[in-house]
Amino acid sequence: MNIQTKPPHTAAEKAILDSFAEVMGQLPGDAPVTAARDKLVSAISNDGLPTRRLESWHYTDLRNLLRDVPGQASGAAQQVDPLVRGSLVLPLVQGQSADISVPDGLELSSYMELLASGEAASRLVARGADDLIGRLNGAFVMDGYSFSVAADQAIEEIIEIQSTQSGGQVHNRFAAGFGAKATATVVDRHLGDKGQSGLSSAVTTLDLADGADVTWIILQGCGEADQRLAQLNARLGADAKLKLFVINAGGKLVRQELHVEAAGEGAHLDLRCVNLLAGDSHTDVTLTLGHNVPNTTSSEIVRNVVLNRARGVFQGQIRVAQVAQKTDAQMACNTLLLSDDGEFSAKPELEIFADDVICAHGATVIDIDHNHLFYLMARGISEKTARGLLVNGFVDELIDELENEDLVEALETLIEQWLADHG
Amino acid sequence: MLEIKNLHARIAEDGTEIIRGLNLTVKAGEVAAIMGPNGSGKSTLSYILAGRDDYEVTEGDILYNGESILELDPSERAAKGIFLAFQYPVEIPGVATMQFLKVAMNEQRKARGEEELKTPEFIKLVKEAAATLQINPDMLKRPLNVGFSGGEKKRAEILQMKLLGPQLCVLDETDSGLDIDALKIVSDGVNALRSPDRAVVVITHYQRLLEHIVPDSVHVLYNGRVIKSGDKDLALDLEANGYAGIIEAAA
Repeated sequence: MNIQTKPPHTAAEKAILDSFAEVMGQLPGDAPVTAARDKLVSAISNDGLPTRRLESWHYTDLRNLLRDVPGQASGAAQQVDPLVRGSLVLPLVQGQSADISVPDGLELSSYMELLASGEAASRLVARGADDLIGRLNGAFVMDGYSFSVAADQAIEEIIEIQSTQSGGQVHNRFAAGFGAKATATVVDRHLGDKGQSGLSSAVTTLDLADGADVTWIILQGCGEADQRLAQLNARLGADAKLKLFVINAGGKLVRQELHVEAAGEGAHLDLRCVNLLAGDSHTDVTLTLGHNVPNTTSSEIVRNVVLNRARGVFQGQIRVAQVAQKTDAQMACNTLLLSDDGEFSAKPELEIFADDVICAHGATVIDIDHNHLFYLMARGISEKTARGLLVNGFVDELIDELENEDLVEALETLIEQWLADHG
Repeated sequence: MLEIKNLHARIAEDGTEIIRGLNLTVKAGEVAAIMGPNGSGKSTLSYILAGRDDYEVTEGDILYNGESILELDPSERAAKGIFLAFQYPVEIPGVATMQFLKVAMNEQRKARGEEELKTPEFIKLVKEAAATLQINPDMLKRPLNVGFSGGEKKRAEILQMKLLGPQLCVLDETDSGLDIDALKIVSDGVNALRSPDRAVVVITHYQRLLEHIVPDSVHVLYNGRVIKSGDKDLALDLEANGYAGIIEAAA
């Protein structure tokens, strides 16, 4: 008889389980929801945190990296001004939603209500045995928002989901549905507190019906001691278009998963990701993209600026189903490595079962271009300023693709500030 | 204004000597043309004046207004009023042209202890200068030099020169890649900057540019040295007879 011995729980694993025991009585939801939570927690207890032996966590050994799990206690987080003035803000202060009135064409409810409505249990399932984020978030989720945009509606103002956290634990979930031909721009923003060390998780589900056109911007501004585990799942209907921007600009340990399914013909994904990495941080962006039907297209560009001892990871998996002829997928990962002690790992992964497709991927690691630097300096721009302009330019090129000029300006200012603070 | 004394310089990376004992003096108010066959060191000279660190000066000196500039980096030289119009202006994606112009103008002002330009004042200056060079304002909305045609890039160089108002302008083959109309616009732009307290060094292969920007002196560069100097008739002579005779006479 073989006896498989499981390694003992790490301090972090123990803290997660203790934490659950502590809060389970206060978590919202009916009996099926409670049962779903229990199931997810026992899966965490059984399997522990993922290690590098799991392919999808190979570059982010969570069991080693996730060290301190804070208690529920926290500082006082506060709502801040939206990124773009005039945005419709859906605030989450320390993970708690608020009552917000919304314009016509938009329906909104808190995730807490959804959890209590009896419909939520089926949503609290993990993607698979390696889905630690789904497990953790499903077990602990307290609140969030669920909203839907009616068919043919164009939501003019930017919707800003604004989560502010000051230490402690925050676990939120979001569901956003976009009806046929609906258009909207959403800023999904998470801000931490400099002086606090918090743990947060978020699971977001986007459903784009046929012809919907959505710009979704994930803006991660964690404090330097924060740990962030986030996952976005999106399904694109026929001719639906998702422009997904990810900006990572903070955190001690960050994993952002993006799982996108191009499920209807003519669907298109643009992913633009900017990773600003400094200090002693570890940031992982993991994409899985399924081209599941014929005639779908995608383009992914990831730009990384690496300073100090920061480590970054991009895993980009593109799957092309056998029926998905005429798929066109272009993926690029470019890293500006500005420190000898920093590192970036890029892992493209193409699984192609159709024969008439175009799939390309490339990864580059570069330093500041000498010719560019000389040109700027020959115009009287000091070396420091010139370098700053070039680093900014390297990532601003992606931001410039956004159509909303206010948004471009706000994001470029934010990036400029980050580089000034860390450069 | 510019005194180059027995200059020797080589490529930093492999030690190849390019400039071999070059002497040249350009006075304030003077337009000096530098001509020479391919590989004579013309572009290298322009880079060395601007301070590119791919080249090492091994001997001699460059005096600008009586002071050696060898220890200054490119931005310090530019702030002192040295401007190089590039033969091949580089495209810099992600850096907006207007932002670049504003940073450049203000950094130079700052280095000279002057006050920074306010935005409306800056925009007015750029618009006026762009109009005289027939530069479409839409061009200025693009990233620096990105998607500019050859002629647009050269006009953009002259625009920068106009806005930065240098004392010593070095034009490196500004005529290459220009059609006749663009050549006229660019030349007019340069001529408008001629003044008693400004010197211009025009590096060119062809006499054609010198019909528009008429030089006070012409210098023939060969093998990293000036082998003959003269007035504007020297350029005409070169156009008619080529370099061979002069090179032979100097040998």
